[in-house]
Amino acid sequence: MTVAADPVLISRSRARRGIRWQAISDHAILIAGSLLMILPVLAAFLTIGASDVEISRHGLQVSDGAHLVENFDKALFTRGGFTGAITGSTMLLNSFILGIGFAVGKIIFGMMAAYAIVYFRLRFATFAFWVIFTTLLLPLEVRILPTYEVVHGMGLINTYTGLILPLVASATATFFFRQFFLSIPEELVEAARMDGAGPVKFFFDILVPLSRTMIAAIFIIMFVYGWNQYLWPTLITTDEAMFTLVRGIKQIYQSIDGGSDIPEFGRALALAFIAILPPVLVVVIFQSWFVKGLVESDK
Amino acid sequence: MKRASFNQLGLPVWLLLPQLVIIGVFFYWPAAFALRSSFYLEDPFGFGSTFVGLDNYNGLLASAQYVKVAVFTLGFTFLVTFFSLSIALVLAVKADKVIRGTRTYRTLLMWVYAVAPPVAGFLGVMVFYQGNGPMTEFLAWFGYEFRLGVNYYDTAAAMVAVATWNHIPVNFIFFLSGLQSIPQSVKEAAMIDNRSGTGRFWDITFPLLAPTAFFLLIINITYALFDTFGMIDALVKGEPGNNPMTLVYKVYVDGFRGNDLGGSSAQSVILMVLVLVLTVFQFRVMDRRIHYT
Repeated sequence: MTVAADPVLISRSRARRGIRWQAISDHAILIAGSLLMILPVLAAFLTIGASDVEISRHGLQVSDGAHLVENFDKALFTRGGFTGAITGSTMLLNSFILGIGFAVGKIIFGMMAAYAIVYFRLRFATFAFWVIFTTLLLPLEVRILPTYEVVHGMGLINTYTGLILPLVASATATFFFRQFFLSIPEELVEAARMDGAGPVKFFFDILVPLSRTMIAAIFIIMFVYGWNQYLWPTLITTDEAMFTLVRGIKQIYQSIDGGSDIPEFGRALALAFIAILPPVLVVVIFQSWFVKGLVESDK
Repeated sequence: MKRASFNQLGLPVWLLLPQLVIIGVFFYWPAAFALRSSFYLEDPFGFGSTFVGLDNYNGLLASAQYVKVAVFTLGFTFLVTFFSLSIALVLAVKADKVIRGTRTYRTLLMWVYAVAPPVAGFLGVMVFYQGNGPMTEFLAWFGYEFRLGVNYYDTAAAMVAVATWNHIPVNFIFFLSGLQSIPQSVKEAAMIDNRSGTGRFWDITFPLLAPTAFFLLIINITYALFDTFGMIDALVKGEPGNNPMTLVYKVYVDGFRGNDLGGSSAQSVILMVLVLVLTVFQFRVMDRRIHYT
């Protein structure tokens, strides 16, 4: 296409003045939107450098940073909570265990089940498909109490298994991998079989390498989802040593309202920062995979 | 299933087994348990339970508080869906249109996706803090005293604001990728036919985006219903009191604080039916969407 034939350029050169105003207003709207997203978080984090007294007196503020190290130190290393058994770094570790454990569990179980459904002649494949995909319909939130009773009955309260497995019990990853496997040309299986590759070899030598981008995308989405879980961890972890960051923050903002002492604003804000940072970094750094995975998985 | 496939029985069964066991234990069993308990009245001291038929459901529908919570949930869902969809649409259209900076804007507008709802709720508490939160001070400037956690409607407004803020990014990502997948040739043809930007948007872009919007509508309703739990818990600081709450929050309050297993299970079942209806509706719309894309 030549430049002259491009109608966008033609119209722009014809009405340069008008377009320019248009462009300025477009950017203004986008900048306003970006500020709307950034300002609340930025205001909170600029405040971390202030002392609790200053924060309780003036609210969110641009601090001079005098108490920055102190607040982060308190957030990460001072024992807190009712029993005094938990530090921010333990919560950080628990959050990573939940996020990574959840993502890995989803991917492994999902890939296995999707492989069985797509690539094998099974009499009950359709039945298995429906049994698995019905779970897409009901989020954990609507069946929390009975799930809690079941997990409690199994003695899995305050264990990583009890924390992670019930969250894994849905078919999102299976569904996603099924869609992806169906889009892989059939000739690949035929060729592999002709070369004498069995199902296990085909899976590891052909399917897994082909799915690499998809696995990465799913991992990012699931990691963020697992990291940000709140309701289920709130119910299932009563032992403070098992708290995740997102769960543990509750303890702190509850203390903001009660008590006659000055609440630990600085510590709470520093913990919020630590809770936000890892998932945001993952999403921003692996943006293109993340967007691709998100948009494609829901088709 | 593919035409060319492996003929084995043992392996696929072993492949499916872990997934099926987890789903059976942590999905079907609890779901069946909820259905069963919704017809029983649990003894508060743990001495067994008695079959009460539909009493738990009737009790709920007759309860003024449940109806109030349901009405709030409806309004909350509507407002969050409306605001986050429309703001995201405007931003996506502009981000798609600008010649420079699309990627930067995309990053700036999507990262909030990764902020957990309860953490967003905590930030909301700070921003709307009674007396010295920035938004509280801003509103006080106009002579309005905003009292989070005290005034029912103020708290509700803060909930809508935080939930909308938290959910704009997902809508934005989907709208932007929907816009970017519209073929250049279509855009150029529209450019020749119609010089007015607004006219072009409503005649060409919007109909092409409609399937995405339909899909997002369901996603947003599900989000407002279920994923806002942590945000609400943060904003009311774990003390529901007279504050507004959603249906899911009430399931939690009645089940875990009030120890009303039957009533809470009945609420769970009502929510399950609600989600099923939504999903069936979604599948019908999605089926139709294939015809005009």
